[in-house]
Amino acid sequence: MSASPGATGPLPRWADVALMPAINLLVALVAAGVVVALVGQSPWEVLSVLVRGAFGTPRGLSYTLYYATTFTFTGLAVAVAFHGGLFNIGGEGQAILGGLGTGLVALWLGPHLPEVVVLPLMLVGGALCGMVWAAVPAYLQAYRGSHVVITTIMFNFLASSLLVYLLVNKLKPPGSMSVESQSFAASAKLPAMHEMLGALGIEWPSSPLNLSVVLALLAAGAVYLFLWRSRAGYRLRAVGSSEGAAAYAGIGPKHQVLVAMGLSGALAGLVGMNEIAGVAGRLQLDFVGGAGFTGIAVALMGRNHPVGILLASLLFGALFQGGAEVAFEVSGFSRDMVVTLQGFIVLFSGAMAYVIAPRVARLVFGRMKQGAAHG
Amino acid sequence: MKPAPAPSPAIAVRMTSIGKRFGAVAANQDVHLTVQTGSVHGLVGENGAGKSTLMSILYGFYTADAGAIEVFGQPATIRNAQDAIARGIGMVHQHFMLVDTLTALDNVMLGAEPHALLHKAEGQVRERLRTLMESTGLRVNLDTLVGDLPVGDQQRLEILKALYRGARVLILDEPTAVLTPQETLQLFEVLGRLRAAGTTIILITHKLKEVMRLCDRVTVMRAGQVVHDCEIADASVESLAEAMVGRKVAMGRQASIDAQALQRGAVLVQARGLGLRDKQGVVRLRDFSLDLHAGEIVGVAGVSGNGQSEVLDVLSGLGRPDSGTMAVGAARFEPSRWLDPRTARALGIAHVPEDRYARAMVMGFEAWESAVLGYEGLPAYSQGSWMRRAAMKLATVQMMEKFDVRPRDPQLVSGKFSGGNQQKLVLARELGQAPKILLVGQPTRGVDIGAIEFIHGRLRAMRDAGCAVLVVSSELDEILALADRVIVMNQGRITGELPIADCTEARLGMLMIEGAAA
Repeated sequence: MSASPGATGPLPRWADVALMPAINLLVALVAAGVVVALVGQSPWEVLSVLVRGAFGTPRGLSYTLYYATTFTFTGLAVAVAFHGGLFNIGGEGQAILGGLGTGLVALWLGPHLPEVVVLPLMLVGGALCGMVWAAVPAYLQAYRGSHVVITTIMFNFLASSLLVYLLVNKLKPPGSMSVESQSFAASAKLPAMHEMLGALGIEWPSSPLNLSVVLALLAAGAVYLFLWRSRAGYRLRAVGSSEGAAAYAGIGPKHQVLVAMGLSGALAGLVGMNEIAGVAGRLQLDFVGGAGFTGIAVALMGRNHPVGILLASLLFGALFQGGAEVAFEVSGFSRDMVVTLQGFIVLFSGAMAYVIAPRVARLVFGRMKQGAAHG
Repeated sequence: MKPAPAPSPAIAVRMTSIGKRFGAVAANQDVHLTVQTGSVHGLVGENGAGKSTLMSILYGFYTADAGAIEVFGQPATIRNAQDAIARGIGMVHQHFMLVDTLTALDNVMLGAEPHALLHKAEGQVRERLRTLMESTGLRVNLDTLVGDLPVGDQQRLEILKALYRGARVLILDEPTAVLTPQETLQLFEVLGRLRAAGTTIILITHKLKEVMRLCDRVTVMRAGQVVHDCEIADASVESLAEAMVGRKVAMGRQASIDAQALQRGAVLVQARGLGLRDKQGVVRLRDFSLDLHAGEIVGVAGVSGNGQSEVLDVLSGLGRPDSGTMAVGAARFEPSRWLDPRTARALGIAHVPEDRYARAMVMGFEAWESAVLGYEGLPAYSQGSWMRRAAMKLATVQMMEKFDVRPRDPQLVSGKFSGGNQQKLVLARELGQAPKILLVGQPTRGVDIGAIEFIHGRLRAMRDAGCAVLVVSSELDEILALADRVIVMNQGRITGELPIADCTEARLGMLMIEGAAA
């Protein structure tokens, strides 16, 4: 992780972890606010509608968490690959294949088996498909030297085409006009949050939020344990930080490329559990909807740490949900403006972080140290 | 282009009360430096003593927080390298600032083209360089690509480049680090001639013998401050070393040579006829054979890049030769089934790599993570697939205690330790598992004098405990101080093997360049 922002400057750890993301977010909001003002809207009104829309109601909060779940999976996927020294741009394609795997298991086994068996099998199917889809570029990188960034981008197109082909030519029920598979059996549907809370006697509005939000939390915990507590994770990070040192230690870099990308693909493949098993209940087109790319921003903002990724996912979930509310409630404010805001956040928390961090270090901490030296 | 130099005042450079902080670190603190015109001034100190910072301030890479600079009696504000060049200051960096794919001539001209049309510019530059080469004795083939020039020629070209730009004060940063003893002598001759012609030379170095041989005056820095400044007549290697470290330092060989030669034990490593070509097909190792005995230190001498690194790679399992065999105890290896680093460790081969930054540690890892690198699978460090972090950290603290690694903080990021402390931690890790065979590359590169003494002591202790030690070093002094037997390499083959009693610098130097002409 030599390229991580953690190495940018002489900032104390707490500032690097907590203060800098907050400052970056603030700068992004100010910049977005200027743009909002330029198009003749009140930035304050837009922001308050956005926050209220995302967190103000149980329903809005549910949507926020539902979006955040998907972003957590793709964000973790990018982070694991990054710790292995690889830039996985293929989260989108791996998520598509994951959904396909989940969906196929559901279509084949759903009618015959109870949900305690089918649901875990769907999970495994999704993770395996995502893993295999990522393993091909990984193999090409490790043993053939094709750059993983290029191949994963190409694999996104392949995945998307494959999904269209299968849906149109194989999975679409005869006579149906819409490009989607038939609905899954009831046993292949992940319980929705309002159903589960309802069973416990808690009233909760209906929303797409489902059990996979718990799965996302578990995945984040598992990624943490793997990267920082297991020997395999240690080796993966060693290769990611210094291939030379890893080779010296007897850790085969090529093997680690496969491990990192395989795990990354498996995590991205879990998107299907949220979108396909949890919400749609059938295979559809475009169920990933760019979340694979948003995952890059999430991982970047979350400093490739599971906790950071959970928080960043929440932020992007809120932007999605709140942004939809803003587009709905504030007249003359289109969805595109929300995308602009997201763009600013990515810009300031990613690229511009390297510009801002040294200044903060000099302004705040330079003063502090000088003061201490004099006093 | 350059105005005729005014009658030079007697002081070429005067730096007064220079201060420079990097965050909490005071790299320079109230530093005074006065360099007489036409003298060779040595600037010595350990790594991190602040000598490079001071010269970077003079050359305009950094601006000082406090203090003043005068160049030839005139107050000077030097904000960048252009300012420095305009004042007549030139610098030859340790890592040459040359473009490998351009010719020597083009490198000199780059950024200082005297004419908009290249062929006219080239003619003018060539003419001026010719006179310059004549007067200084610095000869370089101007039409050769820099990448094809020997290192010594590249260095001469760097000096020429600085002189061409009107340097009257020449800063040389560790100029002899890459040279053979013979090339070093040539360089000294040139520097002597430049001094006679009135050029002022500031020599940054840590080789105290060279200071004694070449300099007129010497300034010693320690921890950002000048601790000693005297005429060379009043200095000795011992006094300078003491000033650098702040205490008495034992240098050179410690025990009598004859006593050691007797204790050599069984052959632990037998390498026969190792050959290696790199990807470009260049021969890196040629018929390299070596017996490593228990209880001896074998030194591998040679100019950097003559196959020493490849010897370490191949013996440690990092690289695989094209031909030859190796036997380690009962295990035999052939190119088709060469040992890998993990097998090597299992056979009791420990390896301290030459390149600390790219190999020995993961600089982004915390110290304890680097301190188990390569040994992370040991039963003591693992519980199934999980790492026993507490055990690893405890072991790291013990290593730090035993090898005096400072600061004693197992959670500090590896890259934040000084070179010497990093090296001590690597040694602690590699010696910790009681290896039978120890391969060490550049044991004290970038390491302070105080730590050098300590590291040499540890290597001797390993030898005395019956370990077979192979030391590759580009510092002849180090080889002479450590080895019981010296092999000399040139262009991938062994050009000579001498017991330490027969080694002299001149003799080793001859062997180092032998075959270069062939």
